[in-house]
Amino acid sequence: MAKKPPKSTSSKSNSELNHSFLRSMLLQRRFEERAAEAYALGKIGGFCHLYIGQEAISTGALSVLRPDDYVVTAYRDHGQALARGMTPRSVMAELFGRRDGCAGGKGGSMHLFDAKLNFLGGHGIVGGHIPLATGVAFAIKYRGGDQVCLCFFGEAAVNIGAFHEALNMAGLWKVPAVFIIENNRYGMGTEVSRAMANEDVNARAATYNIPAESVDAQDVFAVRDAVTRAVDRARAEKTPTLLEMRTYRFMGHSMSDAVSGTYRTKAELEQEMRRDPIILLHNRMTEAGEIDDAAYAKLDDEIKVEVQDAWDFADASPEPELEELYKNVVVESLVTSH
Amino acid sequence: MPIVTYRDALNQALREEMQHDDRVFLMGEEVGEYNGAYKVSRGLLDQFGPMRVVDTPIAELGFAGIGVGAAMVGLRPIIEFMTWNFALLALDQVVNAAAKMLYMSNGQFPIPMVFRGPNGAALQLSAQHSQAWESWLAHIPGLKVVTPATPYDAKGLLKSAIRDENPVVFLEGEMLYNTKGEVPEGEEILIPLGKAERKRQGEHCSVIAHGKTVLIAIQVADALAKEGINLDVIDLRTIRPMDVEAIAESVKKTNRAVVVEEGWEMCGVGAQVVDYIQRECFDFLDAPVLRVHQADVPMPYAKNLERAAKPDAQKLTAAVRKVLYLE
Ligand SMILES: Cc1ncc(C[n+]2csc(CCOP(=O)(O)OP(=O)(O)O)c2C)c(N)n1
Ligand SMILES: [Mg+2]
Repeated sequence: MAKKPPKSTSSKSNSELNHSFLRSMLLQRRFEERAAEAYALGKIGGFCHLYIGQEAISTGALSVLRPDDYVVTAYRDHGQALARGMTPRSVMAELFGRRDGCAGGKGGSMHLFDAKLNFLGGHGIVGGHIPLATGVAFAIKYRGGDQVCLCFFGEAAVNIGAFHEALNMAGLWKVPAVFIIENNRYGMGTEVSRAMANEDVNARAATYNIPAESVDAQDVFAVRDAVTRAVDRARAEKTPTLLEMRTYRFMGHSMSDAVSGTYRTKAELEQEMRRDPIILLHNRMTEAGEIDDAAYAKLDDEIKVEVQDAWDFADASPEPELEELYKNVVVESLVTSH
Repeated sequence: MPIVTYRDALNQALREEMQHDDRVFLMGEEVGEYNGAYKVSRGLLDQFGPMRVVDTPIAELGFAGIGVGAAMVGLRPIIEFMTWNFALLALDQVVNAAAKMLYMSNGQFPIPMVFRGPNGAALQLSAQHSQAWESWLAHIPGLKVVTPATPYDAKGLLKSAIRDENPVVFLEGEMLYNTKGEVPEGEEILIPLGKAERKRQGEHCSVIAHGKTVLIAIQVADALAKEGINLDVIDLRTIRPMDVEAIAESVKKTNRAVVVEEGWEMCGVGAQVVDYIQRECFDFLDAPVLRVHQADVPMPYAKNLERAAKPDAQKLTAAVRKVLYLE
């Protein structure tokens, strides 16, 4: 069996950082609550996977990165996009399938991209993007850079061949990638113990000669600390790391999946929701005298206004022009730019 | 006759064949406890137990190969892909193992198994989740490729696919699961693979369709019938082997044809159909054969772009009118 995750040992938790983390997580939460509403109204279609409950991972992990680092993730990508600094407007407009979306409405919820932020996409095939992260890290080493590539994926992706191939080569060639398993205990309706012969993440990493750690990922500082260690190692020694973030998703797998009552009980869900990462941080800040009810309410209101603005912007943004259908299938210019 | 959904018709086929032959088992993601991502396998775990209804990790390449191995030693696996988009990861096993084993072993190892799951675009699922793979799979000697359009065909073809001694690729329509149709009770339906069916009778123009596009063809045929234009709608039902006789018989009668499919144009199923038509019906044609298909782009997410990319009744109607020189 896997070891118990270590407690957060951070001493860096100054008030400013706390506030920025609270803001980042609340923004993701309020954004997705409205996205769920928009989905119910038919403004968003297709698959839409909410990140609610897992926000400490995106916030904690991406707080460690520099602007020139890289991020690649799966289809549950709204939280990471926002935490990386994509605007709620550009993400919401993408979810609405509109011209001002971060991919011009062509990608939708599962495929958020922003080259300016080195955000290399949300990807829809489980595990398919893990080799891309090894490739990005290979390119960093190739060019002699000191950036890192952070790669996010669910625990169920660990069972697919691409994960193993990508980690083996990352370990073999020592490239600066940090592989982040978001272990929310379920891949759709399958609980982790029904899909993994060995749940110990450290054992998996050892196979590929890669350091690993399990983290209580409802604690944003525990996430930040673990990712800091991994990123430092990647920058300094070009050593990849595998991190297991222990978390829980508070919503169904996607909008068409029941929240509880089928593959997991309501009691389990309620139990886990007591460890809401936002509430944990909020409590901690309250105890430290860093925030009072009025300040929290003010922050929350500001964020709600920002999300409403994103909604209005997305709603007003026109549909893509029909000519867009045929654009960007292949690069049209014959000369490559340097 | 009972009215049954396409989903339940498939469920009946699975249930009956698992009862009929205890070498038949179902394996795939979420097929058991979750009752299937699209609920096709609802109730099967309860009835047949976890040895015969097997939930897998997300490991398409692995469990497809496990199916092939089990088939080599006498079981009759049904491998479910949650969708065919994910089956791309397993194509090595489908193509390099299942399809060729009989030939490579000079007949010593038949692979009596079915690879099945939803195929084709649903609604706004974007580029990686909206793809129709039949032309890829039909390219491969050693495979049979089946694309049922109606609940009746879904049941009868799946039962035949399970009893077939060859690897059969069974492509269900993601948008068809909720469609309804008559499926007789207590009667063994076994539809032979490789036989097309005329879904509408007409003399003015043949429309050759398969899978979801059969419903579009029927819709267009019924609408045009009111204008006195009668379409001969041929549902291929099986892409490989293809029922060339049925195609030729229809086109020789109507002297015109439109071929419609969900997939892309380049090297598509329609290209093969048109080839057969020019070979078999050259002297009978009164107009060039036209094709209707997905726009030559990955599927976009935005509603309006997706609509523009997909084949639909309007596009098919326009092609039919053109072939009839009405436009
Ligand atoms: C190769 C592949 N197989 C199946 C699917 C369908 N599918 C999408 S998400 C998912 C579950 C993934 O679970 P996990 O990796 O734990 O991520 P989570 O959804 O929990 O964030 C499945 C089976 C897919 N997208 N790709
Ligand atoms: Mg998961």
